[in-house]
Amino acid sequence: MLAFTVSRLLRAGVTILIVMTFAFVVLRLSGDPALLIMSVDAPPEAIKAFRQAWGLDRPVWDQYLTYIGHALTGDFGKSMRDGRPAIELVMERVPATLAITMPALALKIGLGIPAGIYAALHRNSFADRATMAVAVAGFTMPSFVLALLLVLVFSVNLGWLPASGADSPMYAILPIVTLGAAGAAIMARFTRSAMLEVLGQPYIRAASAKGVNWRQVITRHALPNAAIPTVTIIGFMIGSLVAGAIVVETVFAWPGIGRLMVSAVANRDLAVVQALLMVIAAWMVMANFAVDLAYGWLDPRVRASASL
Amino acid sequence: MAVPLVALRGLTVDFENGGRTSRAVDGIDIEIAPGEAMGIVGESGSGKSVTWLAALGLLPGRARIGGSARIDGQELIGAPRRLLESVRGSRIAMIFQDPSSCLNPVHRIGWQLGEALKLHRGLSGAAVDAEALRLLDQVGIADARRRLSDYPHQLSGGLNQRVMIAMALAGGPDLLIADEPTTALDATIQAQILALLGSIRRDTGMAMVLISHDLGVVAENVDRVAVMYAGRLVEEALGADLFAGARHPYTQGLLAALPALTGPRRRLAAIPGTVPDPWNVPAGCRFAPRCPIAEKRCSTEPPPVHRVGLLHRAVCHRQVEAGFSVWSLPRAAE
Amino acid sequence: MSGLLEVTDLRRYYKVRAGRGPFAAKALLRAVDGVSFRIEAGRTLGLVGESGCGKSTTGKLALGLIEPTSGTVNYAGAAMPPTGGLEWRALRRRIQMVYQDPLGALDRRLPVGAQIMEPLAIHGDATPAERRERAGAVMDSVGLQPHQVDRYPHELSGGQRQRVVLARALMTEPDLLICDEPISALDVSIQAQVVNLLLDLQDRLGIAYLFISHDLRVVRQVSHDVAVMYLGRIVEQGEAESLFARPAHPYTRALVSAIPTTGAGPRRERLLLQGDPPNPVNVPAGCTFHTRCPFATAQCRSEVPLLRTLDDGREVACHRVLESALQVAA
Repeated sequence: MLAFTVSRLLRAGVTILIVMTFAFVVLRLSGDPALLIMSVDAPPEAIKAFRQAWGLDRPVWDQYLTYIGHALTGDFGKSMRDGRPAIELVMERVPATLAITMPALALKIGLGIPAGIYAALHRNSFADRATMAVAVAGFTMPSFVLALLLVLVFSVNLGWLPASGADSPMYAILPIVTLGAAGAAIMARFTRSAMLEVLGQPYIRAASAKGVNWRQVITRHALPNAAIPTVTIIGFMIGSLVAGAIVVETVFAWPGIGRLMVSAVANRDLAVVQALLMVIAAWMVMANFAVDLAYGWLDPRVRASASL
Repeated sequence: MAVPLVALRGLTVDFENGGRTSRAVDGIDIEIAPGEAMGIVGESGSGKSVTWLAALGLLPGRARIGGSARIDGQELIGAPRRLLESVRGSRIAMIFQDPSSCLNPVHRIGWQLGEALKLHRGLSGAAVDAEALRLLDQVGIADARRRLSDYPHQLSGGLNQRVMIAMALAGGPDLLIADEPTTALDATIQAQILALLGSIRRDTGMAMVLISHDLGVVAENVDRVAVMYAGRLVEEALGADLFAGARHPYTQGLLAALPALTGPRRRLAAIPGTVPDPWNVPAGCRFAPRCPIAEKRCSTEPPPVHRVGLLHRAVCHRQVEAGFSVWSLPRAAE
Repeated sequence: MSGLLEVTDLRRYYKVRAGRGPFAAKALLRAVDGVSFRIEAGRTLGLVGESGCGKSTTGKLALGLIEPTSGTVNYAGAAMPPTGGLEWRALRRRIQMVYQDPLGALDRRLPVGAQIMEPLAIHGDATPAERRERAGAVMDSVGLQPHQVDRYPHELSGGQRQRVVLARALMTEPDLLICDEPISALDVSIQAQVVNLLLDLQDRLGIAYLFISHDLRVVRQVSHDVAVMYLGRIVEQGEAESLFARPAHPYTRALVSAIPTTGAGPRRERLLLQGDPPNPVNVPAGCTFHTRCPFATAQCRSEVPLLRTLDDGREVACHRVLESALQVAA
């Protein structure tokens, strides 16, 4: 298990390095920040001075090595906008993003998994069909459409909830629901099919034949097995939480890293974009790592063959 | 026969599939006496497994079950779930064809055995482990203590089937239904498992239903044999009578299709054609289209049950003489 | 006299992981470990053994589907050309393969007629009209009806599908068919149909078979000679009838005695083996069978027995085969 963990951590490091490199190269190719940040009529000398100050006049490989060298010491550069450390800008936005993504994740799991199990146990019943119809609607609707729909109903028409901002916990409700709805739908469908697959296995019939009552056949025999594929989807969802947050935070003017990303990209604030990508990559890698660990914990067959 | 332990009467099973109903089991009458070993022989689609799954309520919800299945007079068909659950494992236990996929992959052997022991014996704590060890020992598993903490994937198919048998024994059942228990196993392992089942029966006096497609497996391990074809029982007799003097053309065909292990090699008598699909069974006798001695009435009237000897029934319009094989007729076989 | 197919000291090893973790030692799995046999034209060699004994791998090696680690395969006096080459593909017309699962061997989206004609299309000879004519003749010879040419595999029964697979194999008029458990997936009554068909085809066309099966009854029915494999090696080989009547190797005796019988006849000896076959990655030293053999001695645990030829031509790899004690025990 130790060797397994070490090799996974090494791979995680390599993945993050690749993301950082890729982000660095693409951002250098995508336009000159000096021209964007300085006003249009700035004198050429000022632009030159700006480039010199930020090291943009040096060869790309030189900039890259310096960047990586600094990154290893925890220095991810400074924002070109206000000169504060980029990582600090990112980290101060993280709590706001977590404040909507974590409840959204809980919603996906807490609503999706029970709904999927229920649908599987009542296969082809009205409840099953209704659940699955809602689920299809849930994940075919783009999140910005759902967001606008929710605003229309709950803010404009009913006036129950605020439409944008972050002044009180009430403001978090609509972003959370928007983020969670599609995920819950995917979760429900996936759990249902995982559960149906397991219920068709010979060991389920054998457990019944043994005299185990139906409730325990479900809880002790079916669920632990259905959990194995479901964990993959949960890991995938944790990894993609931030991506979903970009749209939702923009629509609801929520001050999280999603909105920071949009503005930093618009401004060509290189260091901030890079720091953001690095944090997101680290987050995804951690989610994957957690899935692998969970696999080993849930499935003894994986544990046995847990080599590289 | 003395008072039967288990009696099936006119048992039927219908599957509904997309508006199409197919009858997988069509009126089975079987009685099992206490301590008796009975073999059920048939090819795929004969309904030999479905019959017993139906009796125990183990078929999926879309199966419609009719007729009667009683244990000691207690009706099982249509019985409440609680009652069925109290019969399964404790009065009637069942083992299956592919032992490695019948054990739950995420639980240890000891856990799975312990579950049965807690359920049927009300044991707890250290008593569970002690009894689990004794059971594994009884089914001939060496280093049982280590096996308790193994997972099914760490054991061979033969060992897993021994575990399944140990689990079946946990409830001290009166009847063990062994559904193709050795089909997925190698020949030498099959011999071990069959020998084990035999010795357990001698020790416990438990009755057994041995379901198999293999006439040989059945012949050597049971007292009485029933032959099923396309959802119906076609012949039933004491083992020796059946193998020496089968009366139904289908039984005779199965025997003639089996290559010999000794003596001169002869051409096999192959039954022509194939087993009918369950949604498209012939009227009258279901074997008629493949039967070399079928008459007109065979394809229109259901065949009657003839008592042809002591505990020997054949379900056939034609009363075939003992010692005469319909497959020895010229051009009978393909 | 040289046989149609001659296999000499064939070995196929695989590197596998011996344990868990990224630093686990590599181990060598000896799937086939020094197998030699010969099949004459128009004859059948039955290859029997339990799962994992290497009989299927041997079949694939004989066909050249996989390359041996060492050893030679000679076909009609010439060495097997390298796998996948032009020469090898030309040779594949002479040697065809029939698998256990006919549904898996067929393409379920194509009518069976097209699949039967496929080998000729691949080898690029015969006009479409000739192919159709030949397909018609071959289908007739395996007992398929002409109208079944347009059927899809799922519309046919298991036995009919296996007939289709056979028909396809026969299209190129092969001299040798390698049949890997060709009837194991079929019902008893259908098995007999296919066994009879294989025997008829051999009578009519003089095809030789390498018949791989775990079913000793069927092997006896179709084979002239039989080789028994255990953990990658042949432990006994000889004429079919006498081998089943008087098995010499303790493993063969156990296999034969494990077959349940239906006849009344005299009760045969029963040699019940203990335990499972060992893990092929970690085979026992000496005679690989000694861990399960009731007659094993110290010599068996240390010394590998070589195949030796007995008076009647039977070859047996057992140290104790000539001892009278063993004969009495039987």
